[in-house]
Amino acid sequence: MLGIGILKGMVVTAKNFFGSFVNKRLLPTIQYPEAGNSVTLFSRNIPFLVYDNDEDPLGTMRCVACKICEKECPPQCIYIVMEKDANGKPAKRPKVFDIDISVCMGCQICVEVCPFESIKMDSTFELSTPDRFEGLLLKREHLLKSNTYFHKIHPDEAQEVDDRLAAKQKKPAPTPSTPAA
Amino acid sequence: MTPINPDQLIVQLTQWALSFLDSYPLVAVLVAILLSTVPLIAVFPGCFAITTWLERKGLARIQNRIGPNRTGPLGILQPAADGIKMLLKEDIVPKTSDRLAHFLAPVVLMVPAFTILSVLPFNRNMIPAAVDTGVILFFALGSVSTLAVFMAGWSSRNKYSLLGGMRAIAQMVSYELPLVLSGVTVIMMTGSLDTTKIVAQQQLSEWIQSSNAGLQCLGQIIGWNVFTPWGFAGFLIFFVASLAEINRCPFDLPEADSEIVAGHLTEYSGFKYALFFMSEYVSAFAINGLSTTLFLGGWSGPNIRPPWSDDPNALLIPGFVWFFAKMFALMLVMIWIRGTLPRLRVDHLMGFAWKFLLPLAIMNIFVGGFYYYAPRWHGIPVVGWPIGFLVMYLSYECIGRLNRGPKTAQRVYHYAS
Ligand code: SF4
Ligand code: SF4
Repeated sequence: MLGIGILKGMVVTAKNFFGSFVNKRLLPTIQYPEAGNSVTLFSRNIPFLVYDNDEDPLGTMRCVACKICEKECPPQCIYIVMEKDANGKPAKRPKVFDIDISVCMGCQICVEVCPFESIKMDSTFELSTPDRFEGLLLKREHLLKSNTYFHKIHPDEAQEVDDRLAAKQKKPAPTPSTPAA
Repeated sequence: MTPINPDQLIVQLTQWALSFLDSYPLVAVLVAILLSTVPLIAVFPGCFAITTWLERKGLARIQNRIGPNRTGPLGILQPAADGIKMLLKEDIVPKTSDRLAHFLAPVVLMVPAFTILSVLPFNRNMIPAAVDTGVILFFALGSVSTLAVFMAGWSSRNKYSLLGGMRAIAQMVSYELPLVLSGVTVIMMTGSLDTTKIVAQQQLSEWIQSSNAGLQCLGQIIGWNVFTPWGFAGFLIFFVASLAEINRCPFDLPEADSEIVAGHLTEYSGFKYALFFMSEYVSAFAINGLSTTLFLGGWSGPNIRPPWSDDPNALLIPGFVWFFAKMFALMLVMIWIRGTLPRLRVDHLMGFAWKFLLPLAIMNIFVGGFYYYAPRWHGIPVVGWPIGFLVMYLSYECIGRLNRGPKTAQRVYHYAS
């Protein structure tokens, strides 16, 4: 019959209307500040730096300041300065590691390119600050988070990374500097 | 004093209040006018506020959202918040606009929107202006809104406003025809342009005045015009045409925001915009009120005589309850349609009015005439009903099929399967 399509459409919208009162799937809104948040195992927004030993964050951070991520970051929001020891020799760890999260677009490219599994995506999101310049420029101290935390937010991925690092450490035994050192 | 009827309570109260002014006829007339107009001006903006809330909540649920829920319980105070926001906004008038027309347009739209309400019978003896030619007055004043919309579009000196205004004229003038013609059938059958008589014709007075409560109830319903073939078709045509007449989805081309910003409303802000917005809803109420009156039996609804009353016309539930219930039901259907159908294209819109609704409405007049003269069996239209229904259905299908454009060939995808 002519016009049956319109009636079918009306039935669909009516189903959505009444369904939204009984079916949780038809009303997916989360009233955020009052009722939880929508962070899932797949949430990713800004990167953070991983360290291994909870007692010694600066000593066990995985980053070696190779600056690959700095070069690859599309909006150029990473700034790295390598630390030098007393003799002026590079110490293979960053003295400065800043990410301007007002610029970061969460593309995860830094994570993909890092050869040392040291930069990973975080899922925290309550990052608002009254200071829009300094407050949004995250320093090394803010970015450093433990491997335990990584296991907490993305368990599967963290386990995979751990396995990979362990395998790497076993095979080529006499490498002068292990990434974790 | 007459015994108290629940459905006539307000009328009786008014008469009682006016009886004190018998010795001052001039004052009495003024007070009577105030008593019938002030409620209109008080009630309908209230209905407007409730409807905006219903519309936001309803559309939200259709789209799997929650809708406003921050202002008061369930967001019921949202219309108040909107109103305050509108009033506090700056009123910006474009520098090169025609200031007088720009200022007058919302007024010209609002005055007829409220005036046409006064020919609607809300209850027995409860019609603000009992005019013999109520339906004509309604349509005549209702078309003034076309002028107002074009005034708004022209005076803004903005190409989008002008486009919106021109679209509005084309659309409203075209849809006025099926709207009026589908109403004509009812007028023909009633033999009167008086809205009160049109309602009275839809009630079976012998049944209502009988002593059986079931018959009393049924007598208030069974006579509605919508239960006849011409009334049913007429009601649908009237409803669709009224959607276009008041620029509601899916016929909201004059203010299509994805094409022409906001059409004739582009250059309006603050209070004037609020006036436009309110007039649109008030005219929506008015036109729904008229289709209730013409097709849905006006203020009659399932109703019985109060047990203590011996007045054969007394009713337990005041008629305006049913009137407003039906009006709001039609409003909800409009919201539902808005949540469902996408906007029409301009040429489809005009074609729909001229090639589909108009022939159907004319056909409906003939069917109405046939129904009127067809032989009846004990007053039951045994011939008129089925044949009328069949003819209406066939003409619906035929006109619809004639309107189908040439069949386009099925698109063939060469590289994708
Ligand atoms: S996520 Fe993308 S934008 Fe953000 S720091 Fe990494 S590479 Fe740069
Ligand atoms: S985070 Fe990874 S890629 Fe970036 S400097 Fe450190 S080790 Fe190199």
